[in-house]
Amino acid sequence: MASDASALDQNGHPSYLVNTGKHQGLKAWILSTDHKRIGILYLIALLSFFAVGVTFGFLIRLELLTPGRTIVDAQTYNEFFTLHGVIMIFLFVIPGLPAVFGNFFLPIMIGAKDVAFPRLNLLSWYLYVTGGVLVLLSILLPGGPADTGWTFYIPYSVRTGTNVIFTMFAAFMLGFSSILTGLNFITTIHRLRAPGMGWFKMPLFTWSLYATAWIQVLATPIIGITLLLVIVERVFGVGLFDPALGGDPILFQHLFWIYSHPAVYIMIVPAMGVISEIIPVFAHRTIFGYKFIAFSSIGIALFGSLVWAHHMFAVGMSDTGQFVFSLLTFLVAIPSAIKVFNWTATLYKGSIELEPPMLYALAFIFLFSIGGLTGVIQGALSVDIQITDTSFIVGHFHYVMFGGTGFGIFAALHYWLPKMFGRMYNKKTAKVAFWIIFVGFNTLYFPMFIMGWLGMPRRYYDYLPQFQPYHVISTVGSWILITGMIIMFSNLIKGLRNGPVVTQKNIWGGETLEWTIETPPTHENFDEIPIITGGPYEYKENDEPVLEQEEK
Amino acid sequence: MSNPQEQAVIHVHRDDIGTRMGMWLFLFTELLLFGGLFFLYSVYRFTHQQDFHIAAKELNTLIGTFNTAILLTSSLTMALSIAAIQKRNIKLSMFFQFLTILLALGFMINKYFEWMHHISMGLYPGGDELLSKGPGQILFYGLYYTMTGLHGLHVVIGAIVIGTMTRFTAKGVITPDNYVKLEAAGLYWHLVDIIWIFLFPLFYLIT
Repeated sequence: MASDASALDQNGHPSYLVNTGKHQGLKAWILSTDHKRIGILYLIALLSFFAVGVTFGFLIRLELLTPGRTIVDAQTYNEFFTLHGVIMIFLFVIPGLPAVFGNFFLPIMIGAKDVAFPRLNLLSWYLYVTGGVLVLLSILLPGGPADTGWTFYIPYSVRTGTNVIFTMFAAFMLGFSSILTGLNFITTIHRLRAPGMGWFKMPLFTWSLYATAWIQVLATPIIGITLLLVIVERVFGVGLFDPALGGDPILFQHLFWIYSHPAVYIMIVPAMGVISEIIPVFAHRTIFGYKFIAFSSIGIALFGSLVWAHHMFAVGMSDTGQFVFSLLTFLVAIPSAIKVFNWTATLYKGSIELEPPMLYALAFIFLFSIGGLTGVIQGALSVDIQITDTSFIVGHFHYVMFGGTGFGIFAALHYWLPKMFGRMYNKKTAKVAFWIIFVGFNTLYFPMFIMGWLGMPRRYYDYLPQFQPYHVISTVGSWILITGMIIMFSNLIKGLRNGPVVTQKNIWGGETLEWTIETPPTHENFDEIPIITGGPYEYKENDEPVLEQEEK
Repeated sequence: MSNPQEQAVIHVHRDDIGTRMGMWLFLFTELLLFGGLFFLYSVYRFTHQQDFHIAAKELNTLIGTFNTAILLTSSLTMALSIAAIQKRNIKLSMFFQFLTILLALGFMINKYFEWMHHISMGLYPGGDELLSKGPGQILFYGLYYTMTGLHGLHVVIGAIVIGTMTRFTAKGVITPDNYVKLEAAGLYWHLVDIIWIFLFPLFYLIT
């Protein structure tokens, strides 16, 4: 990619893009245990799956342009939204930030040369790719892809004739990959911090990865066993969940959400970490309430594990159960709100630079707040009954997961890619793309709140004519959004191939360790493991003009 | 391309505490994996008490006890193999590792006859005999096959892992000064043991 990267640093070490280790060519990538190369492998795989996921999302919206049949039949439509969900959730947002930017920057940010288990790291990439390929295979093989929705609810998932086993086994493998990444990160953070890098000297992205890793390790096995059990039930006819064999389908839902609710925090918490990195850099201010942000990540991980049944208020549960889960759902909003207030407090009186990463970070705060507040609405029992299984839920989920994590990933791409490849993209185009994406996003998802509130069910193939105006606006929004994303990605790719070369260590005036090493980093990251003396966000001996800093 | 110096810095990183920590984290995930099944078991036992009572009577406590004894002994031999390598007696360590694998094999042979016995009685998923029974009994056998099956799979994986460790010991990868791999395999084997300690009373002893 970056041909100029052969430039050696002052000690004669080539960058990680050039240093191939013992292999050559493609092997030097797919057999590399360098955390940076694995991060890039993840990035390429992840964005490829993202493109597939976006395509299915586009097709869903196109089908919903008119009532009744528009482009495909109902069965195909069901397969579309299942594939869209499975690919986006298991292959894009869950691994997204930890696997790409966590792998690349976690060791650097704590002053380490690699993660604790480099080979395990590579294994988890292979599991990830195998899982992804299984999902794609399920489309091509006779029987067709799963049509159950990404939730695989019993009893339909044991009855459907589609290749649901492939999809579920893929999700199992992806879960395993996610567990290994989490396990690796926890051990890395505990064991490989540089001398002097105390817990409260870690950057906040590291804290968010730490909280996420614990959720990955503790919650993912539950979905693993649950999906395995459905496979066993389908293949061997073992009675476990199927009511025809005495089982209880609601137990499946509990087990499913015991993982899948914490999983939404696996998706959002690392994005919050990215925002906590970007905001202080472009506001030129020390982050406000460092410890609160750090602990709120842990708080989200703890509370987030206890709220799963709020997905099941309409299913049937004791009143006490509903009350407790509703209360806990309101409580989990507190740590998220703490972060939002701390970010806005950091911005206050800052000298804000609207560079592309910052635009995405600010959009994150805006969109995540809408997504979060509509989530609190759903925590109220009576309201939830009204909007369960409507497109209100779809709107909420996309505001949090796309407006949140998606924009977080876009922000991270614009923030860190120049560091990773040593080339700069066109900032002006990036800003134009941002505004198109932002407008497209809101046009696409905001109408969902309105029509959901009015009673438009989600996942329906057909709908009443009175909902059509909202669907038309929404579909047009999807076109705008995709246009914006095409501009954004082609700008990034073009930048990485032919953009101006960046060699300065500190590209944005960041204060964390990754801005003190070469651009792009050398194979060993640090010539000498740094000794950390200052607190987080105090590394000021950069080659950028020293920015004035408010007192802490 | 890269200069020879760069190749030479491929560092030998060794952190035994880190390795053990990673292994323990992995064991947590294993416990939670089985936790999902224990959760199902407790709910279904609560909702189908009578059926579980009847179904559990069919299991042979004697074979179950025998298998428990085998597995507990294998945990002992595993621990002894680590103790032996700490005392720098490599041959003895390999002997105990081998013994552990033999015991694992014995456990699986027992399990095979036990399963075959139930299957010959028609008590298998989808079997007519089982389907004619109450829903709770179908669930009991569903859980019985799934939980002991998943556990059996872990026994097999454990035996393969220990076999690999024996090879490593023979080849000198595992030495009296660097036996953390063997320790990690031991931890895994004790997990397999401890899960059985819970499966045994839940299926064989409580009727």
